[in-house]
Amino acid sequence: MAELPLKDPAPADDAADTEPRPGRIRKPVGWSMIFIAVLVAVCVVLVWRRDGVHGVTEILFSDLELFGGILPRVLAGCLLGAFIAEILPHEKVSRALGPNSGLKGLLIGTAFGAILPGGPFTAYPVAAALLTVGADFGATIAMVVSWTLIGYGRAIAWELPIMGIDFTLWRIAISLPIPILAGALGRFVYVRMYPKVEPPS
Amino acid sequence: MNAALIIDITLWGSVAVLGFMVWQRGRVVATAAAREGTMDFINIVPRVALGVIGSGYIAAVLPQEVITGWFGADSGWLGVLMAAVAGAATPGGPVIGFSLGAVAMKAGAGSPQVIAYVTAWALFAFQRLILWEIPFMPERFVWFRAAVSLPFPFLAAAIAMAIGKP
Repeated sequence: MAELPLKDPAPADDAADTEPRPGRIRKPVGWSMIFIAVLVAVCVVLVWRRDGVHGVTEILFSDLELFGGILPRVLAGCLLGAFIAEILPHEKVSRALGPNSGLKGLLIGTAFGAILPGGPFTAYPVAAALLTVGADFGATIAMVVSWTLIGYGRAIAWELPIMGIDFTLWRIAISLPIPILAGALGRFVYVRMYPKVEPPS
Repeated sequence: MNAALIIDITLWGSVAVLGFMVWQRGRVVATAAAREGTMDFINIVPRVALGVIGSGYIAAVLPQEVITGWFGADSGWLGVLMAAVAGAATPGGPVIGFSLGAVAMKAGAGSPQVIAYVTAWALFAFQRLILWEIPFMPERFVWFRAAVSLPFPFLAAAIAMAIGKP
């Protein structure tokens, strides 16, 4: 582990005051993109054979509308991630959310994920920002899982109207412990998979 | 779409507040951070376009009855397993995931199975993983998180079975 990749979340407490924050590595178009593109292409053909050109354009226009609506939020999410990475002091984050932050770190991650506004366009850039400024996998997992399971944004916008209030509240109550457990499990496994982390204090 | 408006306001409000905090640290820092965020945005737009526009077609092709028929009220743990797999395989945005859950419930699926379905879908819907999580996050983190999350749809179903639906 001599040369850590930039995106490695291992905290560098001794190098907390490095001047420019390491930029995230941009990935070129990868296999995942190609896979999805092929899948979409196949589905377009299937829709076309079933419903004709009309079916294809109908879906296209409604999805384009959706896309136009989402774009500004994606921009907001990216800016949010960049600002958070700029503001949060590295050493404070590694203390509050780093590998040695214990249950408190997992709780902070969970609370943060639950109150984070927006959709995937905010959650993932912000989570990536947390990793770059010193949060460990455990706390970041707690945050991502908390956002996806108990975040209010999706629950209010989609789950309440579609599933009803009873089901939504019941499901969220059941989900409450999961982010903490997932974060704890993640930390437990991570330390054993990559044992070159500082011993717990 | 009141909820959407509230989300937009909190979202841009947070951007404004944080932007102001960054700006207080100096113009150069603020410009650099804003440029970083904008570059992220530009890089991500093609993926988002593919995901949002493509998911409509994937959903249109998906045989919904097949997915929801797998997990009836007395399907037990096998039903939970099928529901978890179906949740991970469900493409598309929140509308599709929750709608299928609602359809399944109306069609007589058990609550623990629907919980497992919604939880699995929230944790690892493959399309969200591939189109949102991997582009933004280190790939190693994404797979690690998904692996660590594996037990939890089943835990949620177990809790649901234990406490029952009110």
